Amino acid sequence: MTAPLLEGAGLGLSFGETRALDDVSVSLAAGETVAVMGTSGSGKSTLLHCLAGVLVPDRGEVRLDGERIDDQSDRRRSNLRLRTFGFVPQFGDLVPELTLLENVALPLRLLRVGHRAATKRASALLDELEVGDAALRRAGAASGGQVQRAAVARALVHQPRVVFADEPTGSLDSATGELVLEALVRLARDRGSAVLLVTHEAVVASHADREVVLRDGRLDVLAAGTV
Amino acid sequence: MSFPHVLLGLLEPAPRHGFALKTDYDARFGRGRALGVGQVYATLARLQRDGLAELVGVESGEGPDRRVYAVTSQGVEELSSWLLTPEPPTAYAQSVLFAKTVLALLSGRPAHEVLAAQRVVHLERMREVRRLARDGDLLSRLSADHEIAHLDADLRWIELAAKRLGQLAAEQGAGR
Repeated sequence: MTAPLLEGAGLGLSFGETRALDDVSVSLAAGETVAVMGTSGSGKSTLLHCLAGVLVPDRGEVRLDGERIDDQSDRRRSNLRLRTFGFVPQFGDLVPELTLLENVALPLRLLRVGHRAATKRASALLDELEVGDAALRRAGAASGGQVQRAAVARALVHQPRVVFADEPTGSLDSATGELVLEALVRLARDRGSAVLLVTHEAVVASHADREVVLRDGRLDVLAAGTV
Repeated sequence: MSFPHVLLGLLEPAPRHGFALKTDYDARFGRGRALGVGQVYATLARLQRDGLAELVGVESGEGPDRRVYAVTSQGVEELSSWLLTPEPPTAYAQSVLFAKTVLALLSGRPAHEVLAAQRVVHLERMREVRRLARDGDLLSRLSADHEIAHLDADLRWIELAAKRLGQLAAEQGAGR
């Protein structure tokens, strides 16, 4: 078995009296897509945020390439999220005043890639996601499907090691959602990026190579076939 | 599925012999189970008897001669009418999964374990179908979408049933 790219071991996090995560371990290999399933309030988004360095767990460790990241400073974790991770939120969260193309190029511009090179890469990726025709449309005026495809492009454009997708098609009709997910998983796999896919829907989880199921903040071993 | 109508549909684009129809059927609808060529010719003979198809020639080559059939105008009419008539929805509630869950509940066995085990194999099958269709053509993708939608319906029911069982257990716990 290859060493995991990203690994959370024995993760726990409480908000006041509420135990959001309790002794959860999960790992991702390069190029692998893992779904985190569970009902609302089961702790799946909290797990994503711990693994992505957004939240710091109370207990346990998060390692990237074997190196702990949960004990790093805010600044270093923020830098990691910018360079090494990509994010696809549920509603795209693009900048509405910018075009889809400008939104997709944004992570590259923040990484100081030149304007021309950034635009070229963003444009190619939008074409691959079959939304190239709408590249110059402002995000605020684009359809939900176009926005979400652009959000996938933005998450992948800087060749991240891990893409975190939190209910990435939750705002779309199921047919459009299927096509967007297919594209996300295919493009990530082609690039060797791992994907952590948070969802409450089995049909979404089935795009992943395997799934883990959370129930009340703990792994449900009975439900998870291949944990 | 009405096999004669499916054959009419495959025959409509151009006259063909039974073996070519069999091969086409196996590729599109066979799902790994090959059709007997005898069944195809028997059905073609019935379609001919009913005026829906006609014999238009015999192709000779290696092996036995092959009778070539074409759809008649009456056959086209019949096919159009069949295609546009909605199928009655199947009574899915009477599935083995449903029966197992009910029997587990009635006998006091852990129904949630039945559901959890089923969820695992359903998800595994969904993944397998996706893998198989990943590099396939439009038809194999459509076929995969169809199976996935049905698996998804089961899975949604499993989730809801598990929730209801949880509610029931909580109510019973509170009533004690």
